[in-house]
Amino acid sequence: MSKTSVVAGPANQRALAGGRKPRRWGSWYIAEHRIRGQRSYYQTIIATSIGNPLVYLFALGVGLAALVPQGIPNGAGTISYLAFVAPALLATAAVTVAAEESTYPFMMGFKWNPIFFAMNATPLSGNQVANGMFIAILARIVPTTLIYFVVMLFFGAVPSGWGVLGIATASLTGLAIATVVASYTSRIEEDKGQMAMIMRFGITPMFLFSGTFFPLESLPWFLQWIGWISPLWHGTQLGRVAAYGLDEPAWLIAVHIVYLLALTIVGWVATQRVITRRLNK
Amino acid sequence: MITASALTKKYKDFAAVDGISFEVAPGESFGLLGPNGAGKSTTMRMVGAVSTRTSGTLSILGLDPDEHGPEIRSQLGVVPQADNLDQELRVRDNLIVYGRYFGIARSVIAKKADELLEFAQLTDRAKAKVDDLSGGMKRRLTIARALVNDPRILLLDEPTTGLDPQARHILWDRLFRLKEQGTTLVLTTHYMDEAEQLCDRLVVVDKGTIMAEGSPASLIRDHSSREVLEVRFGSDRNAIVAEQIRNAGDRVEVLPDRILVYSANGEAELTKMTDAGLEPITSLVRRSSLEDVFLRLTGRSLIE
Repeated sequence: MSKTSVVAGPANQRALAGGRKPRRWGSWYIAEHRIRGQRSYYQTIIATSIGNPLVYLFALGVGLAALVPQGIPNGAGTISYLAFVAPALLATAAVTVAAEESTYPFMMGFKWNPIFFAMNATPLSGNQVANGMFIAILARIVPTTLIYFVVMLFFGAVPSGWGVLGIATASLTGLAIATVVASYTSRIEEDKGQMAMIMRFGITPMFLFSGTFFPLESLPWFLQWIGWISPLWHGTQLGRVAAYGLDEPAWLIAVHIVYLLALTIVGWVATQRVITRRLNK
Repeated sequence: MITASALTKKYKDFAAVDGISFEVAPGESFGLLGPNGAGKSTTMRMVGAVSTRTSGTLSILGLDPDEHGPEIRSQLGVVPQADNLDQELRVRDNLIVYGRYFGIARSVIAKKADELLEFAQLTDRAKAKVDDLSGGMKRRLTIARALVNDPRILLLDEPTTGLDPQARHILWDRLFRLKEQGTTLVLTTHYMDEAEQLCDRLVVVDKGTIMAEGSPASLIRDHSSREVLEVRFGSDRNAIVAEQIRNAGDRVEVLPDRILVYSANGEAELTKMTDAGLEPITSLVRRSSLEDVFLRLTGRSLIE
């Protein structure tokens, strides 16, 4: 393909200047747009982010915990069931928001509410669309986990001061899920129930088999692989290390972190590519 | 403003745009007229710097879209064929978020949004949901949105398709004003009246290639007669009568429902016909239009 040479003139000077800010800040403009869109249902967002931890911590941390008075073994000692389950619930809360925000919004952006095409008609690129969407997802995950953590404190579910790091590990878990799911949902051209499948055969089993309610080792060996591939298990274990000093070898802690970071990067880049390709019709 | 040369877009083996060349001058109103599937929208997407060309050269504002997509798009206003307003946002917010995409400061865009709502006659709907707007209002909002960055070039892909006549005329009036202010307009349409109303110059496109180029008046002059006589004899008799009058006027075109006789003087042709004892059920003498040009060039009508 032959290249057209650039001829200097006032028109293209204006154009060259016009591209500068969007090239640098475009991802943030898209995040700003999405956050503005979330305002229309902010009451639901706030109600669920306060209601969810209350309900789950009561049911599992107080109710179910009564059946496990001896607690859960940890190294030489034990830890209360409430303290054991709380970091898992925290990570799950992040994953729930991530799943919600990375399914329909990505498919809709091309189809039912095709704002991605509108964004791309401006100076913004497909990569920036992906970046902005993920920034906006983080902007929902972080406050959700923060509120969750505060409720956990009220329940006395966080023995260690380091527990606050759980906000970061839970958010990273959510982001890993969001980017991987989005790299698939942004490919979907026709809704044939794929979203329900993701929830039913992806998110829900992950929630049940990721060492959430019981240690992963309690599962028969042939089911333990689910935990190993599940970002939720890795995120939950990190949360437990922070919240009550779960007895986890250093190499395994490193595996947890590297696995979550790797998923995030792979999912993020894959989503960028899919969106860029679909916009360039 | 825009220079395209041998511009081509292929999808696998199919050439949606097959080597077209054109130029658009500053302040000009340029149209691509053609039926659905002619390659108009694909051309518009390439000019809009969102679709990569397969071959040929393309320069917009002196820049190559492959290299300077964001820079070019910063100077364009785009009105796509299907409205893609954000239905989750209210009317005014749609303008504001869109303005932000160009890096316009929040305080500036707030003022600009009010001006544009005024221009689009939507001031009283500022807080409405997009879904509650009529088709014409959505279209006007999409045009208002395309103007947030004071574009040098406004690209309109079938701006009035699907609108009722009144909504079309309001829209044409708004586009006229932009044209008067010196905005370069590039539009696609399959309505010849729209092309005649809005375009200084146009290309007739079919199957990805340019069939003819010129002003609406010169195209009609070069490819059609001054007047057209349309006669209907009923669907079963049209073909038989057409055989009898095939030498009438400059040229005769038989359509399924009517016969068109091209001539400098339509009334005279009708008189000749009735003198010969052929009484049409209905007859109409009209001025030649771009529809006739298209029929002449392709053997097909624009809206099939």
